[in-house]
Amino acid sequence: MVQQTKIGVRIFQYILLIALTLITLLPLIWMLSASFKLSTEVFSNPIRWIPETFHWDNYLKIWEKVDFALFTKNSAKLTILVTIIQLFTCSFAAYGFTKCKFPGRDTLFLCYVATIAIPWQIFMLPQYIMMQKFNLVDSHLGYVLLSSFAAFGVFLLRQFFLGIPNELLEAARIDGLSEYGIYFRIVLPLAKPAMATLAIFTFVNVWNDFMGPMIYFNSESNKTIPLGIRMFVGQYSTDYQLIMAASVVSLIPVIIMYAFCQRYFVQGIASSGLKG
Amino acid sequence: MKPKQKSAMSMERRNALVGISFILPNFIGFLIFVLIPVVFSFILAFMNWDGFTQMEFVWFDNFKTIFADRIFRESLVQTIIYCVFNVLFSAVAALGLALILNTKLRGKTFFRSAIFFPYVASVVAVGAVWKAMFMKDGGPVNIFLESIGVPADALPGWLSSTKWALAGVIIVSIWKNMGYFMVIYLAALQGISYSLYEAAEIDGATKWQQFCRITFPMLRPSHFFVIMMLTINSFKTFDLIFALTEGGPGTSTTLLSMYIYKESFSYLHYGLASAAAMILFLIVGGVTILQFRVEKKFTDFM
Repeated sequence: MVQQTKIGVRIFQYILLIALTLITLLPLIWMLSASFKLSTEVFSNPIRWIPETFHWDNYLKIWEKVDFALFTKNSAKLTILVTIIQLFTCSFAAYGFTKCKFPGRDTLFLCYVATIAIPWQIFMLPQYIMMQKFNLVDSHLGYVLLSSFAAFGVFLLRQFFLGIPNELLEAARIDGLSEYGIYFRIVLPLAKPAMATLAIFTFVNVWNDFMGPMIYFNSESNKTIPLGIRMFVGQYSTDYQLIMAASVVSLIPVIIMYAFCQRYFVQGIASSGLKG
Repeated sequence: MKPKQKSAMSMERRNALVGISFILPNFIGFLIFVLIPVVFSFILAFMNWDGFTQMEFVWFDNFKTIFADRIFRESLVQTIIYCVFNVLFSAVAALGLALILNTKLRGKTFFRSAIFFPYVASVVAVGAVWKAMFMKDGGPVNIFLESIGVPADALPGWLSSTKWALAGVIIVSIWKNMGYFMVIYLAALQGISYSLYEAAEIDGATKWQQFCRITFPMLRPSHFFVIMMLTINSFKTFDLIFALTEGGPGTSTTLLSMYIYKESFSYLHYGLASAAAMILFLIVGGVTILQFRVEKKFTDFM
């Protein structure tokens, strides 16, 4: 098929692809363009894609109006903590579910998988009431605890661990390595790509999470970037150029992360899809 | 003989303990923060409670109350409309994009990354952008519609009109999620053996026939997975709608998840919220089981 594709068809494919990509990215291009404009220019008709003059000061203003430095720090802190805890507990559990034998193992795993499909809205209220009893509402600790034990991570890593040959582990056992030794010395080094995938997924989820922080964080000192942008939207609802600038800033870490690690993203999604 | 057997027994027990020790750190968290709340939610659905006063067992009263509530019934209908359109169009867009990308074009990775990007972009940021895109006067979407000849008085009000808001939300949702499902389809497409197409080519099958007879049926496991994921995601959707419309104008974009949120945290109707959560649970569970059945029936045919 590929060898026979005519040049005309190929050019058509390119044009189609470029058009589709542009359409997909158009809202983001518009956002970038609007972030450099004056508020009177944002909704000009026809659309001016390249601003007449670039108002870089929009990007300075947002830091003065809302404490974005604090929100960024909070977001980074929560993201790093949740990612580290998830990586450890999920890979530990995934190892237990694939490479160890004990009664009730598969039933328990079924329980895990079933909860992936359960929308959070079903148990968010009892969870909140419980966190209130523990005095963990409006605290970073509470948020870290309830975000760190998602079943998805166990599921993803298990898929990967299933592919590690048991003979390899058996050989290590005969050489006298304990299960913990096998986990740290053999499985973890082999599982680097899967761990990277989980790390990136967790990073993006926590960094972008809106509903969780919105429900749990009341005091301004705890708030994260998505809440910061929401505050901004509320307070400066007509200053679309500032809202767009803040949105651009919030997207930058994800863009950087994505540019370097998109390979892992694609692998992770593909593998959960094929075997799921 | 005997001591050896005994040591084998204790070996087994030791192994089981080691296995459990691996799972325990995650399981304790999972039990406390997920499993117990899920069970608690079932109980709350039959209680009358606002979080402060004494809990009271009220049988099915909560269910009666929410079904008598116009907003609940509307939110149920809107959730189903949202789900149907979101699943259908996202799946078709994802499959279409995957088919176009499944060729040996230069720069394929770039196109794939670009189309996937909305999926990883922050909902709040994206919501702010689309709110601006959908402005009735001067919003880029309406400027475009005007330029292709839609008369000015027929331009939709999008997120600010009760008639068009849900459509707007669905468009953003498709835009944001299609890249994810495109990647799933792409991976599956790459798994289809090339020899099938060669054989079809020899038999003189057209490209369209090849798609209908080879590509589409071979993708069956992926269709199943994509549709199931999209359905569950549709019922979960909250952030996007909150960022775009907060459920309004009026209640025109209040889906079940938003209803549960409002009953829980705005009105402190804990029992009603949990009853609505149970309905959500039943729908998601039912749809999932149904889809598994259909899938099984199809594979039995093969």
